[in-house]
Amino acid sequence: MMEVDVIRTENLTKKFGNFIAANELTFNVKKGEIFGFLGANGAGKTTAMRMLCGLLEPSSGKGMVAGYDIYTQRDDIKKNIGYMSQKFSLYDDLTVRENIRFYGGIYGLSRKEIAAKTAELLTELQLEKEAKVLVSQLPLGWKQKLAFSIAIVHDPQIVFLDEPTGGVDPVTRRQFWDLIYHASARGVTIFVTTHYMDEAEYCNRVSIMVDGVIAALDSPANLKLKYGANNMDEVFYQLARNATRGE
Amino acid sequence: MRILYYLLEKEFLQILRNKSILRMLIIAPIIQLILMPLAADFSVKNISIAVVDHDHSTVSRQLIKKITASGHFKLTGYKDSYLDGLSMVENDKADLLIEIPIGFERNLVRENSQKLFITINAIEGTKANLGGGYLQNIIRDYNSELRMKWIPPNSGPNRGQVISIASTNWYNPYMNYHLFIVPGILVSLLTAMSSMQAAFNIVQEKEQGTIEQINVTPIKKYIFILGKLLPFLVLSVIVFTLGLIVSKVFYNIWPVGNFGILYVSLIIYLFAMLGMGLLISTYSETQQQAMSLSFFFTMIFNMMSGMFTSLDSMPNWAKIVANLFPPSHFIKIMRMVVMKGSDYSDISSHLFWMFGIGLFLTTWAVLNYRKTIN
Repeated sequence: MMEVDVIRTENLTKKFGNFIAANELTFNVKKGEIFGFLGANGAGKTTAMRMLCGLLEPSSGKGMVAGYDIYTQRDDIKKNIGYMSQKFSLYDDLTVRENIRFYGGIYGLSRKEIAAKTAELLTELQLEKEAKVLVSQLPLGWKQKLAFSIAIVHDPQIVFLDEPTGGVDPVTRRQFWDLIYHASARGVTIFVTTHYMDEAEYCNRVSIMVDGVIAALDSPANLKLKYGANNMDEVFYQLARNATRGE
Repeated sequence: MRILYYLLEKEFLQILRNKSILRMLIIAPIIQLILMPLAADFSVKNISIAVVDHDHSTVSRQLIKKITASGHFKLTGYKDSYLDGLSMVENDKADLLIEIPIGFERNLVRENSQKLFITINAIEGTKANLGGGYLQNIIRDYNSELRMKWIPPNSGPNRGQVISIASTNWYNPYMNYHLFIVPGILVSLLTAMSSMQAAFNIVQEKEQGTIEQINVTPIKKYIFILGKLLPFLVLSVIVFTLGLIVSKVFYNIWPVGNFGILYVSLIIYLFAMLGMGLLISTYSETQQQAMSLSFFFTMIFNMMSGMFTSLDSMPNWAKIVANLFPPSHFIKIMRMVVMKGSDYSDISSHLFWMFGIGLFLTTWAVLNYRKTIN
């Protein structure tokens, strides 16, 4: 795999009044990587992610996503990324098939592509029987898997996942990560925030944010070595226990 | 354009699937249109009247008969003393009290003049005013009847000169109050449904978080806005058409004027009102906020757009304010086209105003609608 950066930031900062939500973030994410973005509640993860997706205007610093500038080329970025927010973002009052069709449609897929994608997704998620069921009637785990699949319905270069497995049972979490690996194997770069440290172990590299700054960034193995920890839990605890922010 | 198609498809699917929205949009306005004009009728009937007759003469009895025969009044008491009659007013059993003095007939014949006393309960202003007015008319009529009867036919030029006024009511010959109020109520229902529902719909996506998912797609802001507003334009046109049918069926009101003019005006009006809905949605994070804002404006619109009362009787500055409300113009247009059959040249200034306000509101809303937060 070629070592190309699909995300690159330099001193990226977001201030809300006097509050510095994200302070001079500098990092890069390589193509095809599964990049874990960890941090306690209120550490600034979601803020950073929203800046990269073009949902939030940065206060200062530079950033490139999928080869486009986060200030001036937001629409180009949006064509090349997928996003799954913390809040569940499918339409509850539409069926599984209608949701796929809608998001495929607004990403500009052709009728044929939509039909092919729909069949593919329904098979992959084993939702063929539920195609005509309203999304509101699906269990949470299924919804999350569906939301992920729809977030990459247009084959983006990068997909941003904001705590995608919150509130989901361990078995479904495991299945969810299978989907992530599957997408990663097709060359989609994964940028994921999570609270679950076992999930951090699945990532190629992780960054840990504390109070708006990146406190550590390396592969899980290197981080454990560096902090003399047995698992990511301990690494996280060592870094985050001094955090002053929280909910 | 294909993207717009998918947006519209999704909106219609959601609206058609949501039974409560459909009920709100279609059935509620029709019921309101059937019921509300009955209450908003300013021609006064059933005024309770109490009579204190001290005279008990032919003339006094004839007068009472004439009053009750007019259809506006119903006799609720026939008392012997003024105090008894007044207690009826105090207990809300009578709106009007008429006292016929002793010797009424005799004095009328002998001295050619007599006084009547009317006591009016003025708590309900309109009723009292109109009631008093009706009563005076009846008495005046009766008065001239009497004079005609008693003055000998050949008594020369002095034979009680009377100027009689013959008035014709143009465009509403029978002064049918429904003809005035039904088009106005139809506009107010349309106002509530178009701008409020559009605002709620957009804010609902904010509440559910789906708007964020839309905002990370490359979809153009104006296409998203069109996708949101067009369904409500279509629904409003349907409600308006149903409203016209209800007006015909229940009140036998059918526009005298051209339907093309009516619908062109309707579209311009909806352009302004949907612009307002969009603007409200950009300032609201929750449906509750949108509800409060819409409610504030709809209340003002209902009271200040000339639906019930004439705008011309307001002070000048208030007239200028009312001119800035799209419903004021559309209600005018509706009445002109429905009752008079007015043409484009008659309503052009109103169309111009509505379009201008619409352009202003929509531009403001579009500028304020952001896919990216600062």
